[in-house]
Amino acid sequence: MDIPYTTKPRPDTGLYNAKVGIWLFLASEVMLFGGLFSAYIYLRVGAPVDTWPHGWLNVTLGTINTVILALSAITTLLAWAALKMNQFPRYKIFGALTIVLAVAFLSIKAYEYNDKFTHYQVRLNDGRVADGHLIENKKDADHIVLHGHYVAKAAELLDGHSKNAHAHEELTIARADIQGMKFYGPALNNFLAIYYSITILHALHIIGGIIVIGYLWGPGSKMWFTDPERFTNRVEVSGLFWHFVDLVWIFVFPVLYLT
Amino acid sequence: MQAATHAESHSGAHDAHHHEPGFLRNYVFSIDHKIIGLQYALTALCFLLFGFTLMGMMRWQIAHPGQSVPLVGPFLESLFGDVATKGVVSPNLYNMFGAMHGTIMVFLAIVPLLTGAFGNYLVPIQVGACDMAFPRLNMLSYQFYLFGGIIMFASFFIPGGAAQSGWTSYPPLSLIVPTDGQTYWLLGMVFLITSSLLGSANIITTIVQLRAPGMTWMRLPFFTWAQFVAAFLLLLAFPPLEAAGVLQLMDKVMGSSLFLPTGLAVGGKIADVAGGGSPILWQHLFWFLAHPEVYVLILPAMGIVAEVIANNTRKPLWGYKSLVYASLALGFISFIVWAHHMYLTGMGTTIAAFFQTTTMMISIPSVIILTCLLISLWGGSIRFNTPMLFSLAFLPMFGIGGLTGLPLGFSASDLHLHDTYYVIGHFHYVVAPGTIFGIFAGIYYWYPKVTGRFMSEFWGKVHFWGSLIFMNVVFMPMFAQGLSGMLRRMSDGGINYSLAQAGVEGGLGSSIMELNRVILWGAIGLGLSQIPFIINLFYSIKHGVKIPNDNPWDATTLEWQTETPPYVYNFRREPVVHRGPYEYSVPGHAKDFTPQTEPESTPAKH
Amino acid sequence: MSESHPESFHNYTRRCLLVFVAILCGIGLMVGCSFANVASPLRIAMVLAIACFNAGLVSCYLMHLMSERKFVFTVLIFTVIFFTGLMGLTMLAHSDVPHLKVN
Repeated sequence: MDIPYTTKPRPDTGLYNAKVGIWLFLASEVMLFGGLFSAYIYLRVGAPVDTWPHGWLNVTLGTINTVILALSAITTLLAWAALKMNQFPRYKIFGALTIVLAVAFLSIKAYEYNDKFTHYQVRLNDGRVADGHLIENKKDADHIVLHGHYVAKAAELLDGHSKNAHAHEELTIARADIQGMKFYGPALNNFLAIYYSITILHALHIIGGIIVIGYLWGPGSKMWFTDPERFTNRVEVSGLFWHFVDLVWIFVFPVLYLT
Repeated sequence: MQAATHAESHSGAHDAHHHEPGFLRNYVFSIDHKIIGLQYALTALCFLLFGFTLMGMMRWQIAHPGQSVPLVGPFLESLFGDVATKGVVSPNLYNMFGAMHGTIMVFLAIVPLLTGAFGNYLVPIQVGACDMAFPRLNMLSYQFYLFGGIIMFASFFIPGGAAQSGWTSYPPLSLIVPTDGQTYWLLGMVFLITSSLLGSANIITTIVQLRAPGMTWMRLPFFTWAQFVAAFLLLLAFPPLEAAGVLQLMDKVMGSSLFLPTGLAVGGKIADVAGGGSPILWQHLFWFLAHPEVYVLILPAMGIVAEVIANNTRKPLWGYKSLVYASLALGFISFIVWAHHMYLTGMGTTIAAFFQTTTMMISIPSVIILTCLLISLWGGSIRFNTPMLFSLAFLPMFGIGGLTGLPLGFSASDLHLHDTYYVIGHFHYVVAPGTIFGIFAGIYYWYPKVTGRFMSEFWGKVHFWGSLIFMNVVFMPMFAQGLSGMLRRMSDGGINYSLAQAGVEGGLGSSIMELNRVILWGAIGLGLSQIPFIINLFYSIKHGVKIPNDNPWDATTLEWQTETPPYVYNFRREPVVHRGPYEYSVPGHAKDFTPQTEPESTPAKH
Repeated sequence: MSESHPESFHNYTRRCLLVFVAILCGIGLMVGCSFANVASPLRIAMVLAIACFNAGLVSCYLMHLMSERKFVFTVLIFTVIFFTGLMGLTMLAHSDVPHLKVN
């Protein structure tokens, strides 16, 4: 016996099953990212004055990523539209474009993460802080080389827009002078911790989307030849998920990068 | 399960080979909602028993602090090492048992039983469908649940043991305990939450989309309505806890301080963290789920009780519409009451007033539901079989639980009662002689449909009376203890605060302390009372009294119009529903019950 | 996209690209506003308002929420209510603390 309304919509609700399922799932995802955004606002508003960093993220890269995701939302919609109009080759093209754009997004994100992972704050014994990218950190050497600048207090580093924030020179620091060093990871600052939490969870959703869209593009596309309507619905449902992932980023970008 | 009628199906949902599916496909990797429901039931019942044994060891330590636990003491020592020296439950081990008892009971036992077992098995049949809307997703939900449960269970065996910061996992404690148990807890929770989310979407879609022709919303059995609301609660309330879990994982694994405040001192030294975090943030995100969670714990049980009461009074439920609207209201309001668990966090009077108001408001639909069930008994021809006994006892027991919640809902009285044994008494009354009695009622009631045999009535009644008496012996004294100020989560049973200690003023009297021993005896009695149930459950599969026909209870709802056990796709032909779910003793009808599928020859009320 | 008006793929693509251009403008405006020389709360409000507009474009046109059915709307309305409750009540609890002096 077949489960009804997997393809044809049920008359009184006007929906087919998978569409109901995906909207319910998306509602729960709204609450998931909503919980994270609530946490962000709570921590930001609750942070004592002048302890919250600004300008630590690259707005240019963030903007490019936003454009990439918006474009991928369009291509995923066009992929579905192509199937609706019986144009399978166009579906393949737009599907492939979506995946390429998604991978591009992740690559830029990986680049941003790597930039942060190599960026260090080095506390010196004399109280100063050296801030910059770690160029040399050989285990047997008695010094490290940083490409950055010195500040008198760590608090000065909170404003990424300030004039000397981008002053870069090569600094050689003896290990004996180092009190401690931390890279720009979750442990350094709550802003970074919540930035990583939100973007990692978002990236996991992108990866999930790539897997699903990729499956429907590749091995799963066989269903177009046996049950085209059901296949089109699957593509629509995966497209809805992808649009939601884009929607989350539309809020992540201004909240984390621009405010 | 057989694969005989493949000729009709050509959608590609079934595999092209027509050989008999093997044991693995039928019973391990099944996508049949009935098998999955039974998988959930067996797993969850095992966790229920395990959670109970954890409590047993805790109660021993409370009643006899510093004494080795009988029977299992040596085993504890060999497993846990120095936290169980000489078989004594040390404070750290006590905390571990306490945290895991709560977690296991709520997330691994009760919710999977209610939604995964009863919900999965019955909802598709009650709405007249052939399976859940997404059968493979259903299987995945069970597997995620099992995996999460395994992670939780495995955490006992890692160095340092399981999580030990309460089922509530409040930071900073949960973060500064140096072992990995908390990380396992968080990972386990991620899997459990995902399992619940997928399951909820499945149940809601099934109810919305797969109702049989004629099954209008107001003809759904109340059990299905209860599952519908509970599924929405899980769907929308769980994700913020998943978010919080991710953040706490970030803190625990990556050393961030999202929940750790600046200037936190651990062991006399300032913690080396960035600071600026907020433990209160965790509490908000946790309780945002955990309050709707308790309504998930009670609603399906109320649904079960409603079905059993209607069937065993031989008359319709009183106030079906009130029950439905009250459940919807309950679900909605449950999202805006959570901070009544946080009155003592230093919140201001305005916000406290808001949450007190909503908390008082939510008691109204709760009482409406209980009252409807109570009035349903009026004028009924009551059959006192085992399911009915449990359902009848549910009413006053849940009543006690609910009423004792009222002083907790007001912040003025909660000042005195927060974190005392009064709270433990309150919530156990609603969940233990409340929900668990509903679960027992459901097991005895639907067992004949699943197996084709009745469970033994005699041993069922032994189980019932033992459970009822001993549950009250265990939990009633706790109100007295809490009102005298005995705090919860004390591994020494309050000795340090008792008047027996020299120089303690206003401490716990000896009669209050003596109650600890009474409770221990109650717990032992309660445990012994479950033995006939466990034996009955398995013995009756082969040796129980056979049912005379497919509808042994003479019930009206659709699950009783199927074969026994139900055909793999539930109904041989799609059912058509002509009437409401509780047409018992309809005037002018020959029998005292009229199934939902019986066509209208005489006009019947919807 | 409605099934009762078959249109060519070309026209459909053109409509989608219009939406994309609108989103691009929104992004540009957002980034521009973030550098505006106004008080912080106003700046944040402007940026978030434009983000909401972009989100509206995505959800209404790309997710065709405009042509969706009552059930979906109902679920989403409740979600929005609970989301607002989570954020709003949490922030209210955060800001409402007793300010009595302890002598």
